[in-house]
Amino acid sequence: MTVREVTPRPLRFYGEGISYLKKVESKGSLVVVEGPDGSGRSTQIDLVTSRLEAEGHAVITTGLKRSELIGSGILEAKHKLPLGKKTLALFYAADFADQLEHKIIPALHAGYVVLADRYIYTLMARSSVRGIPRAWSHDLFGFATKPDLVFYLDVPPEELFHRVFQKYGSLDYYESGADMGLSDDLFESFVLYQRGIAREFEAMGPKYGIVRIDGGRPVAEVNSDLQRRIDDYLASR
Amino acid sequence: MAKKSVGSVGGPTGLRGRLVVVEGIDGSGKTTQLHLLDKWLRSLGLRVFFTEWNSSDVVKEITSKGKKKALLTPTTFSLLHATDFADRYERNISPLLEAGYFVLADRYVYTAFARDVVRGCSAAWVRKVYSFAVPPDAAFYFRVAPDVAMDRILEGRPKLKYYEAGMDLNLSNDEYESYRIFQSRIVEQYESMVQRDRLVVIDGTLDIERQQELMRQHVSRLTTPSKVSPEPGIGTEKEVRRR
Repeated sequence: MTVREVTPRPLRFYGEGISYLKKVESKGSLVVVEGPDGSGRSTQIDLVTSRLEAEGHAVITTGLKRSELIGSGILEAKHKLPLGKKTLALFYAADFADQLEHKIIPALHAGYVVLADRYIYTLMARSSVRGIPRAWSHDLFGFATKPDLVFYLDVPPEELFHRVFQKYGSLDYYESGADMGLSDDLFESFVLYQRGIAREFEAMGPKYGIVRIDGGRPVAEVNSDLQRRIDDYLASR
Repeated sequence: MAKKSVGSVGGPTGLRGRLVVVEGIDGSGKTTQLHLLDKWLRSLGLRVFFTEWNSSDVVKEITSKGKKKALLTPTTFSLLHATDFADRYERNISPLLEAGYFVLADRYVYTAFARDVVRGCSAAWVRKVYSFAVPPDAAFYFRVAPDVAMDRILEGRPKLKYYEAGMDLNLSNDEYESYRIFQSRIVEQYESMVQRDRLVVIDGTLDIERQQELMRQHVSRLTTPSKVSPEPGIGTEKEVRRR
């Protein structure tokens, strides 16, 4: 596969878009990898990055909670007073917007393949399981650019639990739904929460073109599946 | 959103909560008027809570950090203010209205509708973001010409703040000129909302006492217990129909 010259095209948005960026065009591609902690997202993104770079693509990765402006603040805020559901949802949206405008859109404009380690779908799923209407979340992210490809690494919650525990030795507070009072038992809470998130992704699938990838398979197998789909897309541009 | 209308439960006093907001550009006199109203309501023995735009402790630190660096885009600026609003809304405004309080807000969603749109955000989008907020029982808009407001502002504070002057919009290199243009555009947005959002217009050039008299006349009908049906939404039209 070779890197070809790509014709610039207008950015596509889910809703109203960003009116002051109407003239910005994209020569790049936005590929999103979604999935819970322990689903192998970062491993897969590393593998895909190496492969695409070897082929001569300019690749940049982005993730949630990485914005320089707001990112550290989010973590601090988590430990202070508990934030309300909508407050938290808007906080994450602000952080995402910062990355979108300062990193993702400039990279797309410059012709990069942007590999996003999570995107708005995780934020929408988290909000939704906490009782925020899907329609409001969808409207909120009306400024988000539509990705070219979205993958969801699907791994059964019981398997995730073991992977996360082996890697970190403990469970993340929010990722186990501890704020929701689902169960006194941490394992049960984790499983219930992750099932809820998985259900949200299933529900969002058709609307947002999310491709489910079986993440329970060996790393190499998942990777060849992902790589093939990404190669097919890049060749079709 | 879980649309519990204000007062559907009623407070311990049996009185439904009331939300009164003031809007207008800086220097329009709205804050002075709201303070006077606050004093009056307390003197009537009512439970009053006062809340101010952009004042959430949790959000303040992060917002001011970004502001200093002048790194905020119109969208992040808008969302951070929405975060601030949501924090005050979820923590104070909503529960206190449920508990039957008189909630006084120095700026409400209309400030976002005006400022964010002037900064270049889509009007429809901003309204959707704030669609969870209940419409106020009374929203006062203090109408003054930008020049008058600017004279009042500059009397007390010689230096204009970066975002306050709209310097991020590249309207002018001169911050006073930028401020003048920016405030004029905000006034245009407010004026366009008067009918749509049923803002009560107060002539901000009248005597302070006269303005307060007009406000109290309006608010006095809210100080007696009643079972008023919820007013139509300030959100999107879809939002209104759903209620």
